[in-house]
Amino acid sequence: MRNAFVDELCRIARERKDVVLLTGDLGFSVLEKFAEEFPERYFNVGIAEQNMAGMAAGLALSGLTVVTYSIANFAIVRCLEQVRNDICYHGGAVIVVSVGTGVAYGSQGYTHHGIEDMAFTRVLPNMAVIAPGDPVETRHGLRALVERGGPGSLRLGRGGEPVLHDPETFRWTFGKAVPLIAPQSVTFLSTGVILGEVLAAADLLQRQGIAAGVLSMPSVEPLDVEAVIAAARHARLLITVEEHVREGGFGGAVAEIVAGLPAPRARLIRTGIARNTAKIVGDQAFLRRTNGIDAASLAALVEGEMAAFVAVENNT
Amino acid sequence: MNSCASPSDNRVDTADLARRIRKDVLRMVHRTRASHVGSCFSMADMMAVLYGRCLRIDPLHPDAADRDRVVVSKGHAAAAVYATLANRGFFPLEWLDHYTENGGLLAGHASHNVPGIELSTGSLGHGLSVGTGMALAARVQQSERRTFVVLSDGECDEGSIWEAALFAGHHGLDNLTVLVDYNKIQSFGRVADILRLEPFADKWRSFGWAVREVDGHDHAALAETLESLPLSAGQPGVLLCHTVKGKGVSFMEDQMVWHYKSPNDEQLAQALRELENAR
Repeated sequence: MRNAFVDELCRIARERKDVVLLTGDLGFSVLEKFAEEFPERYFNVGIAEQNMAGMAAGLALSGLTVVTYSIANFAIVRCLEQVRNDICYHGGAVIVVSVGTGVAYGSQGYTHHGIEDMAFTRVLPNMAVIAPGDPVETRHGLRALVERGGPGSLRLGRGGEPVLHDPETFRWTFGKAVPLIAPQSVTFLSTGVILGEVLAAADLLQRQGIAAGVLSMPSVEPLDVEAVIAAARHARLLITVEEHVREGGFGGAVAEIVAGLPAPRARLIRTGIARNTAKIVGDQAFLRRTNGIDAASLAALVEGEMAAFVAVENNT
Repeated sequence: MNSCASPSDNRVDTADLARRIRKDVLRMVHRTRASHVGSCFSMADMMAVLYGRCLRIDPLHPDAADRDRVVVSKGHAAAAVYATLANRGFFPLEWLDHYTENGGLLAGHASHNVPGIELSTGSLGHGLSVGTGMALAARVQQSERRTFVVLSDGECDEGSIWEAALFAGHHGLDNLTVLVDYNKIQSFGRVADILRLEPFADKWRSFGWAVREVDGHDHAALAETLESLPLSAGQPGVLLCHTVKGKGVSFMEDQMVWHYKSPNDEQLAQALRELENAR
């Protein structure tokens, strides 16, 4: 995902002379490509994220398109007020790229878990929040944010994520959901790097004879409200999945829509990282499992819910 | 050395401009019972010299691409910023009568929704980073435009100021000039008692900046310095402007309470009288 990002950024920078990259002294083995090809548009600002965000605003207000880069929380949360006041309020073309979001740096501990950022970013003025599900969505998400102008958060994984779309045929309209498996009576709404687990869960369910739909929703803000409404009307059970706390992020955004719909509508279950649990060390796979967002846990959740539906129906 | 390029017919009597700024601020804070008159008065002369003589700006084209950029990071002194811009023709003077009014544009902290204001400020410690970005942008875009950032002394407590100072020093941004309104009083007491900045000039020097200490109320000294930028080729410059909080009104000078109070009718009359008599 990191490599897809930097390859696409280099491609964009070849087309557009206004693109500038700032890094908070991170990006070893990732950003060198850009730095070597565009030395006059590459600045390592040092380990100083507040200044990086403020400077990005100044560059953007001067007509440049700026990408800032750091890991997990450092690009967003460390400098949240600069992002809020200087970038978002002024509407500057700054794309804040966080790599290793979610629990990608799981065993590094809570300081490196990027699991609350969407609760902050999705309510900021003018801000688009894009959490791509694979390297293909990463390329399209970055390009769409650059073309849109204005502030954006691009929330990436760490590296080595599987390619889940055909890069040749994939097309994406900014802000729209990507249907991978058409909505069913059970439908997963997934955002970000957890998409691979969700597709694997759908596969497990398929083998149990349960058809589950999967929508990848890389755009958390703006949210594809029409797609959420259509899924909520069509399905009995909607499950949001994100590598982020269950409150305030993607599941929260979906819940805001679903709660306003008249019956009949799907029951909504939000899955994600539980708050206040990061006491035990664990890698990404372990933390996904313990938080119930690995493929097996998601499949088991659906089986349990389906059994409960059947039991209710048999009693009525 | 760059000299100020404002066409001479665009220059104004800066003493008169400073007086008008102070009188307008007084009326604004009196009417709305607003705070920060002391902070407005300590920087009124700096604003008058900048906007009256030195900046390459055109009030009729506030968005011109190669205008000089000004970031007033001490956004709580918005009344002085608005008064300066209105008196220089960026918007009609009568807008000042609607300062902080419901439904209006002139917020209590500087707002970029007002013509001539580059950045909304009010949370301290933001302006130097943004100004540094603007200065870097000018370098990337090979523009001659310059960036000026007005800081309060108290906001130099913020770590982000020194992050930006490191960057600008490292990159030798000599198109960036900071004016510190060094009135020695911050929100809740004297700077020297709350969080010592001295040796202040040495701090900036050690970050790679060229430093000039000036009397922030001496128009000739300010103009002379601002007309011979950069202070040092290849270095960002900082003017430590020694100022007096509440400058220009005897009973407000060097008094922390005028960070908060607004004048009553009697105080307003006396203050206006003093400003008029100072001619």
